[in-house]
Amino acid sequence: MTQAFDAAAQQPLLTSRAEQALALARRLGADACEVGASVDQGIGISVREGEVETVELSRDQGIAVTVYQGGRKGSASSTDASDESIRAVVEKAMAIARYTGEDPAAGLADAALMATELPDLDVHHPWALTTEQAIDLALACEAAGRSQPGIRQSEGASLSSGEGVRVYANSHGFLGSQCGSRHSLSCMLIAEDEGGMQRDYDYTSARDPQDLLAPEVVGRSAAEKTLRRMGSRRPDTGRLPVLFDATVASGLIGHFMSAIAGGSLYRQASFLCDRLGDGLFPAWFSLYERPMERGGMASSPFDNDGVQTRDNVFIENGQLASYMLSAYSARRLGMQTTGNAGGARNLRIDAPLATRDELLARMGRGVLVTELMGQGVNGVTGDYSRGAAGFWVENGEIQHPVEEFTIASNMEAMFKGLAAVGSDIDTRGSIHSGSWLIDEMTIAGG
Amino acid sequence: MTTRPQAMLDTAADILLRPGGLGLESLDAGLRHVLTPGVDYADLYFQRSWHESWVLEDGEVKEAGYNIDGGVGVRAMAGEKTGFAYSNQITADALAETGRTASGIVRSGAALSAAPRVISQASVRYDAIDPLSGLSAEEKIALLKEADRAARAADPSVSQVSASLSGVHEVVLVRASDGTLAADIRPLVRFNVSVIAVKNGRRERGSAGGGGRYAMARLRDENVAERYAREAVRQALVNLDAVDAPAGQLPVVLGPGWPGILLHEAVGHGLEGDFNRKGSSAFAGRMGERVASPGVTVVDDATLADRRGSMSVDDEGTPGQYTPLIEDGILTGYMQDKLNARLMGMAPTGNARRESFAHMPMPRMTNTYMLAGQDEPADIIKSVRRGIYAVSFGGGQVDITSGKFVFSASEAYLIEDGRITAPVKGATLIGNGPEAMGRVSMIGHDLELDTGIGVCGKDGQGVPVGVGQPTLKLDELTIGGTAS
Repeated sequence: MTQAFDAAAQQPLLTSRAEQALALARRLGADACEVGASVDQGIGISVREGEVETVELSRDQGIAVTVYQGGRKGSASSTDASDESIRAVVEKAMAIARYTGEDPAAGLADAALMATELPDLDVHHPWALTTEQAIDLALACEAAGRSQPGIRQSEGASLSSGEGVRVYANSHGFLGSQCGSRHSLSCMLIAEDEGGMQRDYDYTSARDPQDLLAPEVVGRSAAEKTLRRMGSRRPDTGRLPVLFDATVASGLIGHFMSAIAGGSLYRQASFLCDRLGDGLFPAWFSLYERPMERGGMASSPFDNDGVQTRDNVFIENGQLASYMLSAYSARRLGMQTTGNAGGARNLRIDAPLATRDELLARMGRGVLVTELMGQGVNGVTGDYSRGAAGFWVENGEIQHPVEEFTIASNMEAMFKGLAAVGSDIDTRGSIHSGSWLIDEMTIAGG
Repeated sequence: MTTRPQAMLDTAADILLRPGGLGLESLDAGLRHVLTPGVDYADLYFQRSWHESWVLEDGEVKEAGYNIDGGVGVRAMAGEKTGFAYSNQITADALAETGRTASGIVRSGAALSAAPRVISQASVRYDAIDPLSGLSAEEKIALLKEADRAARAADPSVSQVSASLSGVHEVVLVRASDGTLAADIRPLVRFNVSVIAVKNGRRERGSAGGGGRYAMARLRDENVAERYAREAVRQALVNLDAVDAPAGQLPVVLGPGWPGILLHEAVGHGLEGDFNRKGSSAFAGRMGERVASPGVTVVDDATLADRRGSMSVDDEGTPGQYTPLIEDGILTGYMQDKLNARLMGMAPTGNARRESFAHMPMPRMTNTYMLAGQDEPADIIKSVRRGIYAVSFGGGQVDITSGKFVFSASEAYLIEDGRITAPVKGATLIGNGPEAMGRVSMIGHDLELDTGIGVCGKDGQGVPVGVGQPTLKLDELTIGGTAS
């Protein structure tokens, strides 16, 4: 069946729901109000060992209302968007705002900051895909992986395709809406040797189905990644350089961004409190945001406060140039919002880039990490200790796979010790980064 | 607790079905939309939940939220194929449309089996109440302010206190083509305190919390605000004095209770039916074999009264059970939902769980714990010349195929010459599930369950779970510290 859904056609409906909620809040005496509403629809297919396993059709909707009254705030939300439900949500938010404490920082962002430039950012590319076509793509992906010699079995291939629309409106009169789509195809495979079973996966993900990698490429890559883990050993314990593969290096940027997020800073829950202007990274490294990039995975002209997004520079020539702030966290810190309510949108790196071979040669002896496990990242102290798997490197060349070890350090030392960035940029997510070579970490293994 | 399945069904029908003009008698018609030729099992899952949360920061409750969620999920199965669709609306039209969608997906005939069979053997494991209504808004705020006061009074180095109170009132109803008709009303509450302490330029966090399937009023009656506030401050102060953790392989003693997250990661996930049916678990095909040291007995137990992971019936309507997984070191059981039980020729164990009507059920844990042994906890510590004593953890993860698991300590100490000495910084511990369970060499007599804080994630779905264990000694595990 073809998806009988058109996100663009849902826009007027969501807009009218948002306006209905704003009008009701005003009537009930709210000083200010903001509303978010969304509808998403998608299809998810999974196949395993050449057979269809699940077919899932999803359709989610929601409306969330926040009201402000006398410096107090109340929020309520529902997945039921009927008229009665919208009324109930607004009334509940008003009821809550009678009990919460006064907060001088509470309220909408300044009216003057509302986004006025609302271009189409080319992020909505629906895929007129039938269930049968979706199944065929997933089967082709899995078959390409399963057929590789050495693959014992498949954990399955999955295709998901979805689109949606979101609307944000507030009582300044701002109303922004955006349609978006996301499609992905993934495959996970299992291989086995005397040492036991190993699994690995690969995936492709894009706004526009035309930008997806071919199913066969994903399947073969999943097989390659699984097979190269065969014969895995534990590395020795010691202090060595660590090369974070591009697929895991973006996580380090994520930890850094959490530490400079306003919410962590005003709660003093960050190891980067009061560090503006400090040289945290090498001088050759810069990190910036491009929220208006056409087709970007996180592109949006307005943030979750309705504020115009902008090209922020967070790290400039190694120095911490800006925090990441929403209207609320900025007020708490006595600063201005950076248009980052809801997070950073499309982070990019500016640094000299090295090839994988150059990075390995520079590392000499150390560990290339391709997978991380667990939550051992402490944003308050910066301490970092995680489970890992990857490859042992000697004389600048990969020797054999390694597993069941940890890598540990403190993030401040890791950022300072960033020795080089790879040219192998992973562009599938909203953070684009190549591999990161960190000069030294503690490896705990056998 | 009384067992009145019919009363529970009637209440659930009033809440879930009646507003859309439906009743229990409408469900057969709903199922018929799904039971097209080729479909050999179908179920309808109705759910409505009311979620409330209050958050205190800087001494004031500045944030509070309320969420209403609900709808129906429809599943159709043919052999190993599953079709799934859901709707936010619970009406005859929505049932017909989602039913046709779900069955159209597997399209490849079963007749509707006999009259619905009310799940009558189900014992009720918690009170069928709305946990949110027992306390007024003022009382909820007072509880949070008490936590703030107690934390700040506990030590002058406390610079930030945040506390949260949340609760869910959930009503579910399941009707399946195998005759199942079951309902459940599931309360769930939680109180949490997190503090930042600053001393000599060092900053550390401490946190504590708990809850279960009972009324919010019980949190007040049990004085959790003060208890968890003091506990959070104690943990932050310990961490302010922590030295770097060692790196490498050492004996590890795990304290009782929440460190049972070891079992959840190292063995629990690997014993879920789906991974074993597919042969992708490191434990696959090992039924009846030794997978842990003698003396190690691990169970999954949905029947504990009022616990966070307990379920009177699971999300397929199967009564929650006490399921031995490992007995005296021998693998004896898997956790099953109906699909995987049928395909493996086993019985469902009441472990089918789903995050909501908009998610498909899977075999999941409930409360997973190790039974008590005979060792004196003090003797366990004394037996270690140099090692780690870990009493609290942040979270864990497992690769069920290779068996590798990690869990991250948030409060741990060095053991030197049989004595607990300096606190060490949080470190990740890594091991291989089957190997680690074979290295359990001492088991305390002090079984404890956690305080009710666990959330388990699988395939993107989160569900509340419990863990527990006595004090345990593992002869060797890798510690991911930075000190040599």
